[in-house]
Amino acid sequence: MEDKPGVESNFAEQKSASSKTEASKPVIKPVDEVTIRFAGDSGDGMQLAGSQFSDAIAATGHDVGTLPDYPAEIRAPVGTLYGVSGFQIHFSSHEVHTPGDEINALVVMNPAALKVNLKDLKKNGIIIANSDSFDRKNLDMAEYKSNPLEDGTLEGYNVFDIPISKQITEVLKDLNLPMKTAMKCKNFFALGVVYWLYNKSLDYTLNWIKGKFAKHPEILEANIRALKAGYFYGETTEMFTTRFSVKPAVLPKGIYRNLNGNEAVALGMVAAAKRAGLQLFLGSYPITPASEIMQHLAKYKKYGVKVFQAEDEIAGICTAIGASFSGSLGVTSTSGPGMALKTEAIGLAVISELPLVIVNVQRGGPSTGLPTKTEQADLLQAFYGRNGECPAPVLAACTPADCFTMAVEASRIAVKYMTPVILLTDGYIANGTEPWKVQKIEELPEIKPNFRTEKEGFAPYIRNEILARPWVKPGTPGLEHRIGGLEKQHIKGSISYDPENHQLMVSLREQKVRGIANDIPDVEIIGEQEGELLILGWGSTYGSIASAYDNLKEQGINVSYSVLKYLNPFPKNLEKVLRSFKKVMIPEMNLGQLAKIIRIEYLIDTIMLHKVKGIPFKSIEIENKVKEILKIKK
Amino acid sequence: MDNVVSAGQNDATPETAKPVYTAKEFSSGQDVRWCPGCGDFSILAQVQRAFPQLIGEKKEDIVFISGIGCSSRFPYYMNTYGYHTIHGRAAAISSGVKSANPSLSVWMATGDGDCLSIGGNHFIHLIRRNIDINVLLFNNKIYGLTKGQASPTSTHGMVTKSTPAGNIEYPVNPISLALGMNGTFIARSIDKDTKHLQEMILRCYKHTGTSFLEVYQNCVIFNDGVYDLYTNKETRDDNVIKIEHGKPLLFGKDNSKGIKLDGWKPSVIDLTDGKNSINDVLVYDETSKELAFIMSSFAENPSLPIPIGVFLCVENRPTYDSDMEAQIKIAQEKGEGNMEELLKGNAFWEI
Repeated sequence: MEDKPGVESNFAEQKSASSKTEASKPVIKPVDEVTIRFAGDSGDGMQLAGSQFSDAIAATGHDVGTLPDYPAEIRAPVGTLYGVSGFQIHFSSHEVHTPGDEINALVVMNPAALKVNLKDLKKNGIIIANSDSFDRKNLDMAEYKSNPLEDGTLEGYNVFDIPISKQITEVLKDLNLPMKTAMKCKNFFALGVVYWLYNKSLDYTLNWIKGKFAKHPEILEANIRALKAGYFYGETTEMFTTRFSVKPAVLPKGIYRNLNGNEAVALGMVAAAKRAGLQLFLGSYPITPASEIMQHLAKYKKYGVKVFQAEDEIAGICTAIGASFSGSLGVTSTSGPGMALKTEAIGLAVISELPLVIVNVQRGGPSTGLPTKTEQADLLQAFYGRNGECPAPVLAACTPADCFTMAVEASRIAVKYMTPVILLTDGYIANGTEPWKVQKIEELPEIKPNFRTEKEGFAPYIRNEILARPWVKPGTPGLEHRIGGLEKQHIKGSISYDPENHQLMVSLREQKVRGIANDIPDVEIIGEQEGELLILGWGSTYGSIASAYDNLKEQGINVSYSVLKYLNPFPKNLEKVLRSFKKVMIPEMNLGQLAKIIRIEYLIDTIMLHKVKGIPFKSIEIENKVKEILKIKK
Repeated sequence: MDNVVSAGQNDATPETAKPVYTAKEFSSGQDVRWCPGCGDFSILAQVQRAFPQLIGEKKEDIVFISGIGCSSRFPYYMNTYGYHTIHGRAAAISSGVKSANPSLSVWMATGDGDCLSIGGNHFIHLIRRNIDINVLLFNNKIYGLTKGQASPTSTHGMVTKSTPAGNIEYPVNPISLALGMNGTFIARSIDKDTKHLQEMILRCYKHTGTSFLEVYQNCVIFNDGVYDLYTNKETRDDNVIKIEHGKPLLFGKDNSKGIKLDGWKPSVIDLTDGKNSINDVLVYDETSKELAFIMSSFAENPSLPIPIGVFLCVENRPTYDSDMEAQIKIAQEKGEGNMEELLKGNAFWEI
């Protein structure tokens, strides 16, 4: 499907009126995939421009991966290097696994944005710069001695310096808007240029503007003019000699939407509660990068969701445990430092054997660490970070949309096995987006709470065949009983200090969690089912690994990969999978935490690839390591 | 020893009839393991005696939540639903239970360490939110279960195992703290005044919103006699004053003394010396936060008696749990949300 560059009637007229001759029309070059980054000041509207572009692209059938990158400061001083905000979009004619490694086109609204982002731009890549902002003051702020648009710094790149501010002033002059308001339209001008450059229709964004600013006709007009002006600028100036076109990907039929990981977790939780016929209760405390989960769920009152913004992380989980005790699906969401605070209460949920989902959106640690950056360094904490023998299932989502699936899975396991479940996501997939094929509630796996009302033969710690105890809602007549954090007498549930009983209960809790291995899918091998090298990942490294695999395959290099989403317990076939390869390599955004657990479980040594920079792996980093292991020249 | 939790020991009354219980039916039958002579026994007995008077409340709808400490063993002895949780967190767990299911009658048993030290944060926010939970604070001014360290209500100079040279901290005043957090029901009683204690428990139940009852409770092992002045027959009349709504603040043998207010300053007047009359005595108003603050400060003034009774009772302030339900009800006025719509969102496309 080739996009028509705008179908608006007046727009079409204006287009035909543009005075470009056939001879000078730029060629449209088909490309397989493109990565674009919009970058500017926190206030330049880059997140909006980026998300508009990605939504429009996705709506035309592309697979898209995006990643916003914003400073920890809410409003950093204008023009500073640390105040630069970015939004990256990767789209392709085939399946997209990541928001892209190297950028093909970089839009910069000021010198600081150029300085911060240039290192990620491909050689020969495109730079679209607002030349009006490259004045002395902004150059100083970005620590440029001379103007990089003029001094040869950007040699080897395709630089298009556009006086965006002047263009905006000109195109909006008869609207008599205050300067500050007019300048807010700069992002739409830049977006218009990008739409033109990638041969995409303006319709999606035009419609969005019309809906968004329906009550502010002047702003609506200004933004539409800015967007079109950007598009015409590409069309009428002779600056660009090439346009690009990416064919849409072939995605399965269905209804799609864009989702980031946090929203996907929130939706997954609501869907799981609905599937189980339970009230959803979130107890949570604001923390970056997980707060969005609470904010989304707080909006879902229409769906009966209760959100308790607690006084601290501990109360966040404790209110959720209280809710579970009373018969709701209790959930708490947090990030590393909050996870540390919730530790004791997770132990309570383990010994009380109550369903609970704990979502840890991992960020750079230790301590406050890197709040807005990503990491996978809470795996050992999830496995072992509690006092006593305290097993809890651990799951990890591997892409933004997969957060939905895994939130449902975490709920299913929690309810079925009467246990707290830890779901690990991270800042990368929490903020990144991708198209998600919308699911129906009835397509989700069955979630059946084991509520007990029958008096005959009841005991609080009587177990079923999967070792789960019954869930009794307070209010159920005749089943009044007491539970708590002290060791329980097997079956009866009374307090017991008996040594034999403690050993039995410790083993029963362990066996119950181990038994979940019978209830989860096998880990899949992509590529040959046995061979020289397996790349093993978990959670969000999936994207970089899958891309690396595709690239290596293109180069004729044969490897296989598997990505774990169920970590405790591991899938039953994992040992066999690992032993089917001479070597196993584990890329992780930590210092080898999965590798340690694999060694403990199976006595298998693996080759580790660590990255703890607060940013995800580039696929090239994984490809290079593979080549090093296989002794192939890079 | 077999300390079976007795589940389903008593046949529930039919759904339609209002249940009638005896005090014994509220006993779980589990051996009570507090030290002989502990003030906790009295609190347990008064709760079990008061509960049959909770008109219309079904036993299965009552939940006792506790943290850690001697007092926190309480739920095990009550034949209701119960959850003995972790140190300091009873307020947070109770908040979750009540918010998730407001139809339950939620009671929290806690001690001075559990509630005011490790659980201080949860306690103040519970009061502030006015969640409809009844909090029974067993205040014995010492850590009992860990065998005798200073607690946040231990007095300055008190010698304990952790303060062998005397406590250098000043105690928290739980009543003032609850007032500061804008509480809606704040009361005090004493373990040995069984009738008054029962009355206060019932007042807690009747109040809609967080009900906070501080109970002076004697630890027979580590702080024995701490409240002797207020419980001993010889001294109690001169050192305890009962607050009653709409009544003059009188105390002493034959109510021979009263409390007079000069501006904001309370003082004791003698009604037998011919200089003062009953008309000089302050008449208490339990809806006055100002008076409640004045009365709460008596604990820091050795020349004034210790007040027991309801310091403050403010009705008609919406509770957190009812507001939470109300917001959902409003959102669902035009019917429950359609899940398909939610999952699809506003910006979907079809392939």
